[in-house]
Amino acid sequence: MATVIVVTSGKGGVGKTTTSASFATGLAQRGYRTAVIDFDVGLRNLDLIMGCERRVVYDFINVINGEANLNQALIRDKHVENLYILPASQTRDKEALTKEGVERVLDDLRQSFEYIVCDSPAGIERGALMALYFADEAMVVTNPEVSSVRDSDRILGILASRSRRAEQGDPPVKEHLVLSRYAPERADRGDMLSVEDVLEILGIPLLGVIPESPTVLQSSNAGVPVILEEGSDAGAAYGDLVDRFLGKNLPHRFITPPKKGFLKRLFSGG
Amino acid sequence: MGLFESFFRTPPSKSAAMAKERLQIIVAHERGGRRGSPDYLPALKKELLEVVRKYVPVDPSQIKVHLDREGDYEILELNITLPDEEPRSGRG
Repeated sequence: MATVIVVTSGKGGVGKTTTSASFATGLAQRGYRTAVIDFDVGLRNLDLIMGCERRVVYDFINVINGEANLNQALIRDKHVENLYILPASQTRDKEALTKEGVERVLDDLRQSFEYIVCDSPAGIERGALMALYFADEAMVVTNPEVSSVRDSDRILGILASRSRRAEQGDPPVKEHLVLSRYAPERADRGDMLSVEDVLEILGIPLLGVIPESPTVLQSSNAGVPVILEEGSDAGAAYGDLVDRFLGKNLPHRFITPPKKGFLKRLFSGG
Repeated sequence: MGLFESFFRTPPSKSAAMAKERLQIIVAHERGGRRGSPDYLPALKKELLEVVRKYVPVDPSQIKVHLDREGDYEILELNITLPDEEPRSGRG
């Protein structure tokens, strides 16, 4: 039985697509057949982050409208085995995402995939609502910043009331917090909401903390999901996140500032 | 902290504490009837009103029940406006 996971946040620019790309890549790396769908109709970017933008022929809306079949639209990832990308349409409008159409595509994907990752657009309109409607689990990507935390809380309310699980009275969507762009030294100084602060406000389990890292931009420049940059903090943090999602009990790294040597402390401050 | 900075640095702003406090208030407010706000409030209000009316004739619109949250505390605020005292029989 396939599991549908929505990557959502409410607010834009917090790292949904980065997280979707790395999470899906991590699942596939570990041997699970994984599909990742871009729900951001009109503003697709998952293809760019995953480096397959030049191989897009058909898209999600084409499949919904019966203009192409699923196998024609799915793009096989060139970095890892077991991973397929279903890009959003760049030209249609969001109204093309019908509940029946999305359900049909997801049901088809369930036949051949173990995990289906839905990359939600920002906002709480049709695209976002469709991305979360069929979810079994949700990753709420949040930055340690007031507007992001508030919007995440709003999305949690929508998951609890407007998902299919909520409407049908099934067990609720399983929620995970992904705290991204975290800067431990700033949190230590009291300039940034800490992991504990955000957890206390949102009250959902923490799946991973992704540290602020220049590697995220570098890997999006190159079209390579950051999880494949195993030497980087952010890549390692996504690796841990995937392992934790799959049931491993790993301590959270990158939530305290790196220790500095005596001389460095003396001369650099901070 | 470096020696130099320990002498000259302005104290940290602790703006994160402000962020947390503001978020707790706005999030609690926006959750409304959702998570956090118990669904027993209307029933509680009705029963309280019945008890009070056993002793004092109050108008249903004159009772206000409000649940607030401050940090770890939840505050249940009950506000009843009693009617103006009427002259009673018997001893004054």
